[in-house]
Order: sequence, then structure tokens, then C-alpha cells
Amino acid sequence: MSLDELKIGGMGASRRRVEDNRFIRGKGNYIDDIVLPGMLHMEILRSPVAHARIKSIDTSAAWDMPGVRLVLTGEMMAARNLAWMPTLSYDTQAVLATDKVRFQGQEVAAVIADDPYIAKDACAKIVVDYEILPVIVNPVQAAAPDAVLIRDDKEDQKDNKVFDWEIGDKAKTDKAFEEADVISKLELHYPRTHPSPMECCGSLADFDRSTNKLTVYMTSQAPHIVRAAVALVAELPEQNIRIVSPDIGGGFGNKVPVYPGYVISILASILTERPVKWIEDKTGNLISTGFGRDVYLKGEMAMRKDGKILAFRMNTISDHGAFFADAQPSKFKIGLMHSTFAAYDIPNAHLFATGYYTNKAPGGVAYRCSFRVTEAMFFQERMVQAAADDCGIDQAEFRRINFVKDDQFPHRTAFGFLTDSGQYGKCLDIGLEAIGYKNFAAEKAEAAKRGRLLGIGISTMTEPLGAGNSREYDILGIKMFDSAELRVHMTGKAILRTGAKTQGQGHETTWAQIVAHELGIPADDIIVEEGDTDTAPFGMGTYASRSTPVAGAAVAMVARKIRAKARKIAAHLLEVSEEDIEWELGRFYVRSNHDRGVTIQECAMAAYSNMPDGMEPGLENNAYYDPPNLTWPFACYIAKVEIDPETGVWDVLQFVAVDDCGVRINPMIVEGQIMGGLTEAYAMANMQYQTYDEDGNCIGSNYMDFLLPTAWETPGFELYEVVTPCPHHPIGAKGIGECATVGGPAAFVNAVMDALKDRGVRNIDMPLMPNRVYEALTTGSDVYGMPPVRSGD
Amino acid sequence: MSSLFEEVQTQPNADIPVRRVTINVNGEDRSANIEPRLLLADLLRQGLKLTGTHKGCDTTSCGACTVLFDGRPIKSCTMLAVQADGHEVQTVEGLATPSELHPIQEGFKQEHGLQCGFCTPGMMLAAKALLERNPNPTEDDVRWGLSGNLCRCTGYQNIVKAVLWAADKMRAESI
Repeated sequence: MSLDELKIGGMGASRRRVEDNRFIRGKGNYIDDIVLPGMLHMEILRSPVAHARIKSIDTSAAWDMPGVRLVLTGEMMAARNLAWMPTLSYDTQAVLATDKVRFQGQEVAAVIADDPYIAKDACAKIVVDYEILPVIVNPVQAAAPDAVLIRDDKEDQKDNKVFDWEIGDKAKTDKAFEEADVISKLELHYPRTHPSPMECCGSLADFDRSTNKLTVYMTSQAPHIVRAAVALVAELPEQNIRIVSPDIGGGFGNKVPVYPGYVISILASILTERPVKWIEDKTGNLISTGFGRDVYLKGEMAMRKDGKILAFRMNTISDHGAFFADAQPSKFKIGLMHSTFAAYDIPNAHLFATGYYTNKAPGGVAYRCSFRVTEAMFFQERMVQAAADDCGIDQAEFRRINFVKDDQFPHRTAFGFLTDSGQYGKCLDIGLEAIGYKNFAAEKAEAAKRGRLLGIGISTMTEPLGAGNSREYDILGIKMFDSAELRVHMTGKAILRTGAKTQGQGHETTWAQIVAHELGIPADDIIVEEGDTDTAPFGMGTYASRSTPVAGAAVAMVARKIRAKARKIAAHLLEVSEEDIEWELGRFYVRSNHDRGVTIQECAMAAYSNMPDGMEPGLENNAYYDPPNLTWPFACYIAKVEIDPETGVWDVLQFVAVDDCGVRINPMIVEGQIMGGLTEAYAMANMQYQTYDEDGNCIGSNYMDFLLPTAWETPGFELYEVVTPCPHHPIGAKGIGECATVGGPAAFVNAVMDALKDRGVRNIDMPLMPNRVYEALTTGSDVYGMPPVRSGD
Repeated sequence: MSSLFEEVQTQPNADIPVRRVTINVNGEDRSANIEPRLLLADLLRQGLKLTGTHKGCDTTSCGACTVLFDGRPIKSCTMLAVQADGHEVQTVEGLATPSELHPIQEGFKQEHGLQCGFCTPGMMLAAKALLERNPNPTEDDVRWGLSGNLCRCTGYQNIVKAVLWAADKMRAESI
């Protein structure tokens, strides 16, 4: 009898997580839990001002403190050619400032001492003389003709512009607009926010002079990229570099880039010949590491009067901070912004993007999304709602008219993306039914009698996940494949290693389920390891929801290679030819006699003890997987909100999520990812953002200013499922980690805007804090959120 | 290692005041000579090697460092270790026995109440204090009871379920 796949923890089993066994006991091993003999502690001195010339730095009082081992400044880094480092976007970024500081929180000096308290004390003794310069906190200021030049370190840089970039057919798009019956317009700011994982960044560098080996434990979502960067940039021999990502306390994109703190700790360890630990504090994390968004979006949409969309054109202006350090692997300057409207059948489109330097933290990261997809989908769904209103067509019906239909796949978007599968209409129908869309008008009228405003907001989108195919995606020239290595031991147990790196997604649980599905080895018999470059195969790490689409595919492929070899062994054991053998989960059998068979475990034993003549012993292999396309999950999120017009406070009455992420490996974990993502979506719509005052002070530098929802504020979510397998992925999966963060915000904002529809308000910029909603209600006008900070926010 | 602990100090500095404290941690008296400014979280993590207590925000906001102080949940990142002198502290390491998990730990695993695991010890200790106060909480009681603890991964829904799961089990066990 064939094995029951759910019982062995295979595909579709809501298997409880194996990593939990250590986390619930407090036995996780995060960066700050690692202690090495003789370890020193490092603290970074940060700039208190946003833009200033450094006239002098006096470190003598810090050096004089007992317990201080080393004080590093930009000048000392420069002497070793390490004052600047390259970014992932082919710009440069200061490691320790030499000439100027360009944002508040920039790294100015570092102290290495016997304990972290002494290091902090010594930082306070460093005297820096700053000559204050004018400050730029938004692109309008950056583009002004008399604007101060932020990047005067770059020879060819004459202004504050980072890039101009465009895509699409402008002439055809403009022509379509001339033929339109209705033209809708929308302009908004997607505010700067921060991924802010609970655990901040950190590293523990350990250079051993006797072996010339550098080991760095660090909070990296992509340890192999770090090893490659150290090898290529610092020209250390790659075999002598070992990067270890231990347990990571949340990443969300924040732990993709290489930060100055890592680099300084490495140099400090080389200079002191002691292990040096750097643990960032929350303010350091919030004001200096990879932020998300900060894009101004403006667009127009052309429709026929029956609601058919003919074309759209968009303009984006992005604020990159002081260094162009976007952590993104695509060849496109504005990431995957042009994946916008991919769920809709729109023949003509044009996008023009501009980026600027400002005196704000650098390093835009893909905060729980593929790069810029969150902004793209937010604008898309806000625009669709505005366009439906302008056409006088119900917002759900308007979407249905314009969706790519089930029989139109594969579908090429106007910007060239190829979407390959989905059932958009079905997802929408399930969502509308669950939220009670038909009865909403009556509900709204009822609430109006109580003096409350009700609104319903829909967000439907398909997003590109899983960077990426090697034609268009690379990091420092390295193609975006991923990898898996599987060793089946003689007793039929196994160890699997991949080039991805879990940060809470549960790889240790789900990867074993894929192997169980492919080989019939119970998931409990397989351990999964990631994050150590000395043992894991080369891979590009975990972000952009790429683990399941890329590394997960590699896991399936390596298991299939193992099965192919096991088949030869089975033929040998059963004394028949390979062609006469059939496979069922966990077992080969003779086609003509189902009872005559051998299990995968018996094949494993034979691989070490009774292999056929001429066969290489052992049962292990590896696989590198380069996906043929991105994956395209679909989501329909619908929010119902109630506004108290007396205060501007809004409450979520109901939230429905319909996700089609293809085949679900572990439904429990998939749902956990969706709920987590929706909470971050709710946070961004409601409270979580960073802004700056006119002096460049970051507002949102700690958890008292940077607001995150707790269990009390966060609404409940109702989840529904549609499964359209990915046609090109070995197990039909599409990825799920980011759909909810990407598609969720528009559902909340559309709901609030729907409630305010009759008040003459077209847009309130996120976050929709009560004062902003109240202002819109009482003035009947739009509310914009561009920094410097507005009074009242 | 840290010079905050006398036994490992490499350069004894006579200017630094030292206080002797005795704290009952997870049922066992632990003594140390410490600087008065040492935070309780740092004593637990670095001095006693109980690294299950995590430091998230340093400002009493996130709750990752939550421990039970004479049974009440407190945030150990902003309490001085000297304030704990003569008191009882329970950390996540004190929840399970060698052979058996605490029902709250089981609940977090069963209901997928954790992802990255960083907030989990603090969440579980806040939940323990809540259930000792109120063995039969509603969903709202749990949400309010955990509102001093932040989580970025789970969206709370499964954390709430985990605590209700534990409450059910603890009530069943006490009958």
C-alpha cells in the first residue's frame, strides 16, 4: 500500500514547525547570543545632524578610557581604502564619514572596548566639530536650481538627481488618451517606512591570523552574497571567508544590504586580532538602515465609457536618501515598478521614473516585497478605484471588465512581463461573497443613521515574485539562481542544505516536506540546514518571496535526481530492468507485480552496501535552479471600515483575504505568512511611517514615534484559498511571503476613501491617522504627506 | 567577556562602584557583584547566559525582554539589576521542565504562534502572567493582555489562539 503523504509530513500537511522546538524554549541562537572567547564589543558614533562638513574629530578622550581597545574614524578607514564601499545599485556609500555627514545617523566613528557599556561611554567622549550645511528632505527641494549639492564627493555629479528611466510606448499611449471617453487622474505619496524587524542588525567578526581565516556571524538574509562581495571587493581569498547567518529575528528586506557596521567590525577584528561584536540598537536600525518606499506617484488612466481601460501613463519620483544603495537585483532603475497593472488587460502604457538624493538615510530595500512592487500595486489599486468612480461603474464590476481572463494566459503586459496563470474573477467573487458586498448599501445606510461613515475597499493584484530568471536579474553580475544539496544516509534519513536563509518563514519545516513529497522519506527524518557558507551550496538568499519559487524548486529537483539514482538501485535489487519499474510514494515496485518492491530506505542502504557494478557509491546530489520566469500569485483583499466623523478614527469591521499562491506546501505556514503580511499592511495604512522635520531629524527613530500595531489594534483576518498551480514551477508553488503586505494597504485606504467619497476627497496620503482623516472630512480636500513633517502629525 | 562582573575584570578600576546582588532566577539564588547601572536584561543574558530573554528596542516598547518579576511581567531592558536584588525573576528558560513543556509553549507550537521567534519568550511570559490573573480569558482579554508586546511576523491572530489553547489546557489540567 502506498504511503499517506499527509502522515509523513509531505505536501499539503500543516506540519508543526521543527524550528519552534528551540524558539519556545528560549534556545534560539541569534547574533547577540553568540559569544566567542576574548570577544570585544563595538559601538558606532552616529551623526546627530543631517548635513554638515566635518571640520575635526577628536578621539583622544575615548582612547584614554580604561577598557578601550580601538577607536576608528573615517580617516583611518581611508588609509586602508575602506572609507567608502560600493552599493548594490552601483553607487558608493560611506563606511565612516570623512568629508561630510549626509544624513542623521550616519556612521562617524567606532569604539571597540572590553564591554558594550564602556564602548558606549567612550563614544560619548568623542568630539566632532560640524559645520552645518543646508538640508534637503524631499525631491522638490533636491531638484531646486539652487539646491545644495549632496554628493560633492562624486566627480561627475553636478546636481542631486540619481537617474531618469523610462519604459513603454509613449506615442501609442498618448494616442490612446486622445481617443478616450474618460480620463482619470491620481497623485499620491507612498511614505517612507521601515521594515523594522524585532531584532536589529549585528555582526561578530572573527579574524584568525594563524589560519588567515575570516569568520563573520551576521544578520544577513543572503550570506553567500556577502562572501562574494568580500571576496570580490576586499580581495580576500574566498576559501578563507566564512559567513554564518544564525537564527534571524525577522528580516523583511532590512537584512539584505551590507551595512557599514559589518565592515567596521571586520576591520576591527583584523586590527585587534580578537573577535569583535557589533549589535545595533533600535534607533541605529531605524535611522540608518534600509528603509522602504518614499515614492511620489502621479498617473492618468484612459477609458472608454463602458469602463474598458485603454491606457495608463505614470510618473514616479523616488527619494533615495544620501547614497543610491537600493538593494535590488533587477536591471531596472525603479525595480519592478512597471509590474503595475499586470492583473489588468491594458494594451498601452508608459512610465517615467526619476530618482533623487536627499539628506535622509540611504539604502531603499524591498520591504516585504519584490522591489517597488508595493508602490506599484498600491498606486494601481488606488487608481482603479478612482477610475471606476469617474466612469460611474461599480468598483468590483470595473475590475471584472478589465481583468486578464482565465483563457488569456500566458498574457504579455504592455511593459513586457509575462503573467502565466490565475483565476482572478473567481478570487474576486469569493471575496465579495465573504464580505457581504451585495448588502453593503443597506449596511452603509444603517450606519449613517448612527452618524457613522461606512466604506468598502477592494484590492486585487498579481505581483511578480521569485527573482529571478538570469536574463534580467543579477547581483554584482551573479545570476539569481538558487540551490539545494541533499544527502541521504544509509538508514534512509537525510540532511538537506539550501542557498536560501530562513528568518521565520519556516524553511526547516517546509523544505523537508518537499523532499517527503518527492521521495516518501518522512519529513521528520530530514534535517534542514541553511546560512553557513562553508557548508551550504551557493545561493542568493531569501527576499522577494524567492525561497519557494527558486530554492524550493531546487529542493524538488535535487530530490528527483536522488530518485533517479535510487531507481537504478531498485532495478538492481529487484533484478529487473529499469523500464519495468514503477514509482509510488516512498517505494519502487515491479510493474507486473505490485507486491514486489523496495522502499526508498532500502535503496539508500544498498547505495552504501550493495550498489550495482560500476555505480558510484552513495546517495547524494545537488541542484542549481534558474527559474524560467517570475511567479505570479494573485490576491483579492477586501476591507470594510467604519469612520467616526467626530474624531477621524476608523475601525476595521471585517477583512477578507483570498490568496492564490499556487500549490501550498504547508497550509498552516502559508496562512501565517498572510496574516503577518496583512498586519504590516494595516500598520502602513494606519500608523507606521517615517518622516523628517526641516532640519532632517528623523521622526520615527524609536518605537515611541515609529508606531507599530499591537494585538489590541490589529483586526482579525478571514482567509480564503484558490489554487492555480504555477505552470513552470516543479511543484506548482508561487510564493506567499509578501502578497499581503503588497496588496493589503490599498484595501484599507480604498475603504476609507470609499467612505469619504461624497465629501469631495480623492486622496489622503498614508498613514491615515485620525488627524489626517479629520482634516479631509472637515475641509473636503485632499491631504498630502510630503515631509518636512506637517504640524499635527 | 564583560568587566561588569568582578570575576572576569581585566583592569580593576577602583572608581567603578560595585554592588552585590542576590536574585532568585528560575527558582535558584544567583549572586553577582555588578555595577549599579547594569540592566537586568544584560545581567540575565551576559552574566547568567540566559539568552532566551531578548533585547529588542531598549525603550520598554517592544516587550522582547519581558520576564516575570515576583510573578508580574516587566521589561528587563529598562530595569536595573540592582532593583531585582532579593526578588524572584522567571525567564523563558524557567517555563519548561526537562521532560515537559509548559502548556503555553505547547500552544505556541500547536497554533503556529511564532515565526522568527524573537518576540516569543516575552510573549509567552506576558501570557503566563495573564493566565495566572485570568484563567478563562476572552479573545479581547488576551489581545489587551499582550498589548505590551510587539510582533512583526505573525499578525497576532495565531498568538491569541495559542494563548487561548493554553488556557483551555491549563483549565482542563486543574480540574
